[in-house]
Amino acid sequence: MLDMALTISLALILMAIVFNTFRLVYGPSMPDRILALDTMYVNSIALIVLLGLWLNTKTYFEAALLIAMLGFISTVAICKYLLRGDIIE
Amino acid sequence: MTLYVILEAVISLLLIGGATFAFIGSMGMASMQDFFMRLHGPTKATTTGIGCILIGSMIYFGVLDRKPVVQELLITLFLFISAPVSAHLLGKAALHLKLERAEKTQGSPAEIDDDANSIKPEPYPEHGRTLVLTRKELEEKQRQ
Repeated sequence: MLDMALTISLALILMAIVFNTFRLVYGPSMPDRILALDTMYVNSIALIVLLGLWLNTKTYFEAALLIAMLGFISTVAICKYLLRGDIIE
Repeated sequence: MTLYVILEAVISLLLIGGATFAFIGSMGMASMQDFFMRLHGPTKATTTGIGCILIGSMIYFGVLDRKPVVQELLITLFLFISAPVSAHLLGKAALHLKLERAEKTQGSPAEIDDDANSIKPEPYPEHGRTLVLTRKELEEKQRQ
């Protein structure tokens, strides 16, 4: 039962990442692309957690935590750049 | 033995539900018309989905190791705190860039409304004279 659930959720997350890539490539404006990258890192955390469940290891959680922190900081930095024209004033 | 079957069902339900939420959020981001509409999907649906998946993983490893696991809860908390902040900053950036809005998107904040910005406020209208000189008064003063 768990194997089937893992397969289905991996497929759904992969399709979500395909949608994000579509918005990243065709996004008409800059905030659209930032939003696509933001969603993409959240989905990649889900992918890493599912991979950890699939391989039955706990090694990948540190990677997930790192991706969460760096993704949030990079989103804030690019938004600051769009708002002010500068990141650190 | 029955407990493990029930726990497996709960974990499967959490995984599939979370993945469905994340998928719906990304689909909304890909298909809606307007940036301000597209902001809704990832900020709410995808965050809920990732929270469900992480809690399912937490239950799985907690049952496997027979002791509580807190790392996943840490990631969940961090994502739930950081998602509204990044959405707020993205909305501010979009307002600053004056992106195109669809007709259904309502509201026009005064900060980006050019007509509201062009009107200068009159400081003391009841005293009969203003502290800010109008253009005609300025020209008369320069002529003298």
